[in-house]
Amino acid sequence: MTTKTTKSVLSLESINSNVIEAEYAVRGEIVQIAQKLAKELEMGATLPFQKLVWCNIGNPQILGQKPVTYFRQVLSLCEYPELLSVPEVEKLFPTDVLSRARQLLEQIPGGVGAYSESAGAFVVRKLVAEAIARRDRHPCNPEEIYMTDGASPAVHYMMDLLIRDGRNDAVMVPIPQYPLYSATLTLYGGKLVPYMLNESCGWSLDVQHLRQQLHTAREQGLCVRGMVVINPGNPTGQCLSLQNQEDILVFCKEESLVLIADEVYQANIYDDKKEFFSFKKVVCDMGLLNEVPLVSLHSISKGFVGECGRRGGYMAVTGFPESVTEQILKLASINLCPNISGQICCALMMNPPQEGEPSFELYEKEKNVILGSLKRRAELLVSALNKLEGVSCNAAEGALYAFPRITLPQKAIDVAKSLGKSPDWLYCRDLLQQYGIVVVPGSGFGQADGTFHFRTTFLPSETDIGLVVDNLTSFHTKFMVQYGGIRNTNGTHHLNGCSDS
Amino acid sequence: MSRSEISRAARLLMRHTGLFKLGPECSSAAVVGTRSKFTHSKEGKVLHPDLLNAAVLKTQYAVRGELYLRAEELRKAGKEIIFTNVGNPHALGAKPMTFPRQVASLCIAPFLLERPDVETLFPKDAITRAKKILAAFKGGVGAYTDSRGNPLIREEVAKFFEERDGVPSNPDHVFLTDGASVAVRMCLNAVIRDENDGILVPIPQYPLYSASIQLYGGTLVPYYLDETKNWALSIDSLKKSVKDARAQGKHVRAMVFINPGNPTGQCLSEENLKELIKFAYDEQIVLMADEVYQENVYQDERPFISARKVMHAMGEPYRSSVELVSFHTVSKGAGGECGLRGGCMEMTNIHKGAIEEIYKCASINLSPNTMGQISISCLVNPPKPGDDSYEQYNKERTEELASLRRRAHMVTNAFNNLEGVTCNFTEGAMYSFPRIRLPPKAIEAAKKMGKAPDVLYCLRLLEATGISTVPGSGFGQEEGTFHLRTTILPREEVMNTFVSKFSDFHQKFIKEFS
Repeated sequence: MTTKTTKSVLSLESINSNVIEAEYAVRGEIVQIAQKLAKELEMGATLPFQKLVWCNIGNPQILGQKPVTYFRQVLSLCEYPELLSVPEVEKLFPTDVLSRARQLLEQIPGGVGAYSESAGAFVVRKLVAEAIARRDRHPCNPEEIYMTDGASPAVHYMMDLLIRDGRNDAVMVPIPQYPLYSATLTLYGGKLVPYMLNESCGWSLDVQHLRQQLHTAREQGLCVRGMVVINPGNPTGQCLSLQNQEDILVFCKEESLVLIADEVYQANIYDDKKEFFSFKKVVCDMGLLNEVPLVSLHSISKGFVGECGRRGGYMAVTGFPESVTEQILKLASINLCPNISGQICCALMMNPPQEGEPSFELYEKEKNVILGSLKRRAELLVSALNKLEGVSCNAAEGALYAFPRITLPQKAIDVAKSLGKSPDWLYCRDLLQQYGIVVVPGSGFGQADGTFHFRTTFLPSETDIGLVVDNLTSFHTKFMVQYGGIRNTNGTHHLNGCSDS
Repeated sequence: MSRSEISRAARLLMRHTGLFKLGPECSSAAVVGTRSKFTHSKEGKVLHPDLLNAAVLKTQYAVRGELYLRAEELRKAGKEIIFTNVGNPHALGAKPMTFPRQVASLCIAPFLLERPDVETLFPKDAITRAKKILAAFKGGVGAYTDSRGNPLIREEVAKFFEERDGVPSNPDHVFLTDGASVAVRMCLNAVIRDENDGILVPIPQYPLYSASIQLYGGTLVPYYLDETKNWALSIDSLKKSVKDARAQGKHVRAMVFINPGNPTGQCLSEENLKELIKFAYDEQIVLMADEVYQENVYQDERPFISARKVMHAMGEPYRSSVELVSFHTVSKGAGGECGLRGGCMEMTNIHKGAIEEIYKCASINLSPNTMGQISISCLVNPPKPGDDSYEQYNKERTEELASLRRRAHMVTNAFNNLEGVTCNFTEGAMYSFPRIRLPPKAIEAAKKMGKAPDVLYCLRLLEATGISTVPGSGFGQEEGTFHLRTTILPREEVMNTFVSKFSDFHQKFIKEFS
């Protein structure tokens, strides 16, 4: 018998280093501590709080948001088509639900149990394309649509395609960003070129700054392949102005960049003065459809639909040569197809009940209740945060998050340093341990040097959010007192008169 | 912040946060100060086919490759196509099993549970199961779960592995995924560090493996199954492959084996598995046991036995040392729920640190889809004797598996009756992989077209009959031999038609090229 070393093949020293380096703060260390605490609570331990409040992740239904009835009705019939043959089925479901389910089952060979085409079942893509065409008032071909298990796999495909071996390929990413972008860049061996959003101007984007970052990156030998824009922003929530969108498209055209437009929050806009325009619409309006390679992402996880666990979404691809879209299809085909139930949900989201149809009233009601409630909670949370000493928080124009900036006492900064952690990590850890509120440190998203933030959702239910606000307030005061008071307010800004860009 | 402040902040960020690691050679001669348009874009396009990740360009996945794309073209033009290119039972008329769909329907529409007449619509055990699942899925099926999958389901999977193998399984070492393919790729991504890392893969193989190894930049180290011995696996052949690979400077890190085999269908004996495990121990290799067809066994001499079970029975030192990952899915078996994307992997003797890293990667995609997870629950924890649905569930399962067994025989016999065709029996899985002796003139013609000979055969078969298969070259085969893979999934009622279409075509083809 040969003598064996005790080292495993798969140990930390011998695993793909890109995997080791990748980080994803949304389910990072703070969340892991929270999971341990959750287990302790389950075992009956006595902690300073009775329950954990998960404000770390945009996961609405876990915090009590109800699913849209129409979608679930259609899906239950698709999962169990035998129900359609039950004599009382018309008492169970409205007629438009029945006909929609029948239509989908007829046109998806094998129903929800068969692999579909790798880009998604044709009827699904057709429904999605028709909806996009209505939304943007420009044609949309079903062949442009690739259904995905949530929007995240689409990002993987693009990074995999764009990042070549050993050439210092890079992608521009907004800071602060949703850390899927930094994580996938690391996983695929690419570099992240940041462009800063301007906190004192409502997280606005400055195209001159974009250019500067690009040039600096190129001077340093990087080959910048593309640019990510998140609109509405995550974690920042801002909605880009039309001018910004046009500037970005011109920039991408001039600099030959692929534009990845993460638009998953397009249905979450709370500022009445803002309107969502898709990048597809803007690029068509500008006559640049074939000049700018554009990948637009959408998902069933956000909006008022909130079907995170179902994993449904799509990428819409325009301005690419066919030889490249073939590669996307090939990548998609290795996993055969996205889950059919998620595909169907996406098609339904894009094609909801119309006025006059039996389900319309209830659908509209549910939609307005959820959106109205999200708006109220957003305002409540942001205004409460702004009342705290040394805290300033831009309005959440969209998405599901507040991203307040906190001014931390020097003592807190020192303690964090001694622990080898960022100061906002310390703030979040103490908040978790003392009040059971789970948020994500700003360092997980990127932030301007010397500033500290945290991201919280405003998803706790209307009944719970008041308590969350109270607890946050109490905690904040305690923290400041514990670590020796408030620093001078050179860090606090409220929105001042910035140019509307 | 003024513009210059933003730029300064950004430069600081670039330097200090590690988000942006500056290349050491800032004054690289190739690109300093200049925007190198050649490497950056071509013909005005960034996304030019010459400027994509080379690994992506090289990757092939024949199951949905050239033949499939041609079949799709023909289908869109109105031709009737029989899709026997992929193991997709429902697309060919198989019905889903009733119990899992009832549970799924209730979970997705919990308001049905509140109806007073719910027990007239659904059996009691489906109702109970749905309620149990919903209680364990906080927020219902619309919420992200734990990135490894819901804890209740993982416990059920762990219990399944324990009962199957006689050895306890840790639910935290079970990961649920959107189909087994995702789990396979997670493992390969962790194992492959660079092109010097080699992964042993059987030839013929399911091309998920070759495609993934290519994508992750590793090296595929082939080991050949012996067609003359019913696709047997030989340890000598394995040892030779490892030796050759090491001579080329490769580190052989993991070994894939597919049991029952795909495309070959062979079922490994207990003896085989013991040899494999000993081999893995001696060479210190991670074992990846693709056991997704464990329910699809069509002979009684070699029933399915899991690698995990054998390893445990072998005792020390194997039991606690061999790093083993076992894969399973809802896509195959009797249920064939491909479209739900429900899969799992169980990790035995895998280093805790490695599991954490894989967990981290899983978390970047947030969570596996909930309906797939629920389907896994019904697979590993089906109705038991005495439950309301047990009789029907058992009947559906037994009948489908018996039908598959009959079809395995039908297809094997049909191929063996064709001139110049030999076909090993489909002992398991869902495929037939006949060997076709192509006339020299056919081989010539294919060469002239720049195609592999089996590709030509399959294309002609498709155009003549609408039967969509996958050429053997997509799976790997001994040099100079030609095969194709078809599924055995057309329903029994249409199998005779399927066989006669194939037969007619084959005779015509041979005649044309004699």
